Amino acid sequence: MRAMILKEFRELRRDHRTMGMLIGLPVLLLIVFGYAANFSVDNIPTATLGPQAEQASQLITQAAQAPFEVVETDPAGDAATAEDLLQRNSVDVAIVTGQNPPVAYIDGSSLFTAQTAVSALNRFGDKVQTQVLFNPDLKTSWVMVPGIIGLILTFIGTIVTSIGMVKEKQTGTIEQLAVMPIKPSTVILGKILPYFLVATLDMVLVTVLGILLFDVPFNGNVAVFAFGAGLFLFVVLGLGVFISTISQNVGQAIQTAFFFLMPQILLSGFIFPLEAIPWGVRWISYFLPLTYFTMVSQGVMLRGAPLDALWFPLMMLAIMAVIVFTGAVLRFRRNLAPGDGRRRKAKAAA
Amino acid sequence: MSVSNLTVRFGSVTALENITLETPPGQITAVVGGDGAGKSTLLKAMVGLVEVEAGTVQTPERAQIGYMPADAGSWADLTVDENVEFVGGSYGLAGTDLAERADELLKRAGLDGARDRLVGQLSGGMRNKLGFCLATLHRPELLILDEPSTGLDPVSRVELWRLITRAAAHGTAVVLATTYMDEAERTGSVLVLERGRALLSGSPDSIVAQSPGVVVETPRPQRPQYAWRSGEAFREWWPQSPPPGMHIAPLTLEDVAIVASLEGGERA
Repeated sequence: MRAMILKEFRELRRDHRTMGMLIGLPVLLLIVFGYAANFSVDNIPTATLGPQAEQASQLITQAAQAPFEVVETDPAGDAATAEDLLQRNSVDVAIVTGQNPPVAYIDGSSLFTAQTAVSALNRFGDKVQTQVLFNPDLKTSWVMVPGIIGLILTFIGTIVTSIGMVKEKQTGTIEQLAVMPIKPSTVILGKILPYFLVATLDMVLVTVLGILLFDVPFNGNVAVFAFGAGLFLFVVLGLGVFISTISQNVGQAIQTAFFFLMPQILLSGFIFPLEAIPWGVRWISYFLPLTYFTMVSQGVMLRGAPLDALWFPLMMLAIMAVIVFTGAVLRFRRNLAPGDGRRRKAKAAA
Repeated sequence: MSVSNLTVRFGSVTALENITLETPPGQITAVVGGDGAGKSTLLKAMVGLVEVEAGTVQTPERAQIGYMPADAGSWADLTVDENVEFVGGSYGLAGTDLAERADELLKRAGLDGARDRLVGQLSGGMRNKLGFCLATLHRPELLILDEPSTGLDPVSRVELWRLITRAAAHGTAVVLATTYMDEAERTGSVLVLERGRALLSGSPDSIVAQSPGVVVETPRPQRPQYAWRSGEAFREWWPQSPPPGMHIAPLTLEDVAIVASLEGGERA
């Protein structure tokens, strides 16, 4: 019995990834759940518009326990301005004055922010009328489905791709591929393209099912959504390829992919609102591709946000796609034929 | 096709040091050695799978090399035919060319009845024979086989060797790693490696002829550090003449390799 326990501990000590899961994961979960798992938003970016914009600003910011922070005041603004600001996600609440009572337009695609805003505005009684846009019934599924599409793509891209790639390494066939007269870029593209196509099909399937089963609207431009999803796929496929280069077998690949998946599930803003996560943890969110894909998918599907309103998340996805995908492919290429350059040099010398 | 003064290091470990190997067309060259001797590293260096620190490797272009890795190099989730189709396609074979070549090779390898079977379901011997077929499908000029017969039953070994010698007879230069001395004895040239260094090299006959001393067969060895068991008796090496009355045995390649290793150990 003693020998068995000793053997198990020795094996465990040398299995760094399992040790990471045993020690790192509980710490991560505690920190994330402790700090980030917060549905209550206490800082809502707000715009006040119309002739009494200044007074409205004072009124809502000075009220007891008001979560509103006025970031924009425009006396010339009207209802159309309000809708535009919400669509572009510049603010979560836009109060239009000049009519009695003033109307507070609320972005329903930020579910918890919207719920907090509605309950805070209800405290003003009939001094303000509320109107929730983009998700009038504040349905959870409407907000979750666009995020879940990204999560499913992350799952396929990261776990399934890394398994497919690492299997060649585990079975030794990667050596066979490396010596065949196929360019490394062809090997890599030939390996990745099927996963890209399967993931694209999955994305279409999940999006259509989400729309059909949960009545989630698709208010925006399909091309903008497809562009964002394409960039996002490059990032997650790149992560999958990267994981395969640092794993020796399928088990290791799954363990490693898990480390990349967990923070994306918890910190990308589709479960817990980003605004509710303290900055000590929130900075991690801005390094996660799912954070930006969720911004794009919720923006396009629910708010009908146009391309120029989503430039920031799209740009971040593009930067990540270039860095992650290129880095991963170069690493895979180096793994594929480490002696290739030298061999070519030797041949040239001959 | 040759390797000259090749040195490969993995960090601080020297895997191969100053290795030279000629691989003429139509000849089978055996790279022999125990585990960790550097056999696989040498073959991998020849196909560009490991980085070479010093020396030169002169091989034909990729399309003219066939390589069979130690774990047979076939795709377990594909059928035999699908493996052939993929590898053949990668070497630019298609249509009747590929079909005729595949028919010929698979028939000779005894795999024509298993063409629709998943490779993962084949026996070790069948997988190795398929690995050989895949490596030689495109009629390469240089065929590199990493321990093709390790773990095979005697019948499969014979069948595999029949395929290897046939490839050499058609002019292919064959380099194979093996741990079996009886296989090395059948080849035209042998390189015996130990801890990354060349212990012996040349044709099996010349290696045996140049070996110093004699080997005797004895039930009770007098110098146990130079003796090893062979069947029920021992074989014992003597650098000069053995004491009178001892039975001098004909030298085998295995004897020579053991003697070289013992001598090397003594010098070290």
